[in-house]
Amino acid sequence: MNQNSKPKLAMYWASSCGGCEISTLNIGENILAVDELFEIAFFPCIADFKVKDVEGYPDGYIDVCLFNGAIRNSDNQEMAELLRRKSKVLVAFGACAHQGSIPALSNLTSRAATLETVYLDNPTLDNPQGILPNTQYEADEGLLELPTFFNTVRSLGQVVPVDYTIPGCPPEPHQIWTVLQAVAAALLQGAELPPAGSIIGAGTVAVCKECTREKEEKQIGRYYRPFEIVPDPERCLLSQGIICMGAATRSGCGALCPQVGIGCRGCYGPPDGVDDQGAAMISALASVMDTTYPTDNGNSLEQQIDTLIDTLADPAGTFYRFSLANAVLGRARQPASPVHK
Amino acid sequence: METLNAEQLNFEPVVVGFTCNWCSYRAADLAGMSRAKYPANIRLVRFMCSGRLDPVFIMKALKGGADGVLITGCHPGECHYLEQNYKALKRFKLLRRMLSQFGYEPERVQLVWASAAEGTYLAHQISRVVEEIRALGPLHRASDTPSFELIGDAQLQEATV
Ligand code: SF4
Ligand code: SF4
Ligand code: SF4
Ligand code: FES
Repeated sequence: MNQNSKPKLAMYWASSCGGCEISTLNIGENILAVDELFEIAFFPCIADFKVKDVEGYPDGYIDVCLFNGAIRNSDNQEMAELLRRKSKVLVAFGACAHQGSIPALSNLTSRAATLETVYLDNPTLDNPQGILPNTQYEADEGLLELPTFFNTVRSLGQVVPVDYTIPGCPPEPHQIWTVLQAVAAALLQGAELPPAGSIIGAGTVAVCKECTREKEEKQIGRYYRPFEIVPDPERCLLSQGIICMGAATRSGCGALCPQVGIGCRGCYGPPDGVDDQGAAMISALASVMDTTYPTDNGNSLEQQIDTLIDTLADPAGTFYRFSLANAVLGRARQPASPVHK
Repeated sequence: METLNAEQLNFEPVVVGFTCNWCSYRAADLAGMSRAKYPANIRLVRFMCSGRLDPVFIMKALKGGADGVLITGCHPGECHYLEQNYKALKRFKLLRRMLSQFGYEPERVQLVWASAAEGTYLAHQISRVVEEIRALGPLHRASDTPSFELIGDAQLQEATV
């Protein structure tokens, strides 16, 4: 096939760990088919492309752009806007682009506090002059510019319109390959694409539905962190008191984590019909709390619940590990301080 | 309670009240009929049972402009759907713990049990909750600029050094 008639594929990382690229390359020898089917138009992880190459493309030149990573700084935002303009189909790829994922956990604190921890107050630092990153620097060669670090991390869809979302941290290779094949079939043979806005490369129900552990009606007296307990190999983890987000998380991975004894962390985001993963998780955890119901003493019931909740470290960080940018509550409120006046 | 400043006095908080149909909504009705006064700041939303209350409703109320939320239900042991109010209590406590990590004061979301006969008691509790939220001030301030706001580096230096 002539180079120019091949559909153009791009993959870009914004505030990203690189795991999404690794997962894409993990589709194995199918990567050769990808190279056969598509012309790579921009993919900084695997080939030397420059932003000015993309700027030089006509609008809509890229057929499909897989965009991973969250929007953490002004560079991420500019790249999101640029790639939106240059791409016919823009895919939010992976949990960071989908709902903020790990970078968005810093929405529980502030930009000032984050920079302070990273540059000023940390045992591994050596920064006696307290130098913080500046967005501009007058060098001998001229004015150098760095991106501005935002106060709040956003998902891709909060910055530009997104056509599809492939969830997961990272998305599973077999799901990526299925999506790429579907896209190629649509572009080359006129097959139908899924309706705009869909979540693709995943299921619609909860991870619990894919999980083969024995479910049981059981209530527990405390929660356990992974190092505090050896899980029973057969039984549902949540009913053993191990935090498992399966009930509040979209299927599609094949319940990978619970199958090997680790509670689901929630990386596929909420299933269809659930707006907020944290709210769904509160309901799921409340339903397994064991408090023997005293009829005469409301207080002791409350104390029991408090003690049980004390065994759950970091509820917000646990429930929204992958979805904080899209939480109904938005970011944490910030105390009035000199920074926020 | 400390004396309120002018801003707190002029502030009329909006409190969304999620009430159970069987006890507390009747208590609120009774309060009205027996002319026990409670402030108009509360906007009551009736549910069949406190156990129907999905935590996301509370989040949406807070996000959508409420300054606080009051959940009411039947006393422990008296829920018309057996133990649903225990479930409500567990969700409420877990939600409140999590809300503190989002910077919400505990008084913003409260839970009160009230039977159908406790009209005056409920009216009193509503007034108390409204006054506590008034004292906290508005949840949404004009100074809460869009969430991804940029903050100048000079201000950052000032704040951290
Ligand atoms: S979704 Fe996961 S693997 Fe992909 S960039 Fe984000 S943190 Fe990395
Ligand atoms: S809670 Fe976790 S372990 Fe239990 S069934 Fe659901 S996914 Fe499996
Ligand atoms: S089990 Fe949960 S955390 Fe693990 S891969 Fe699946 S969705 Fe992600
Ligand atoms: S019926 Fe009133 S709380 Fe359940």
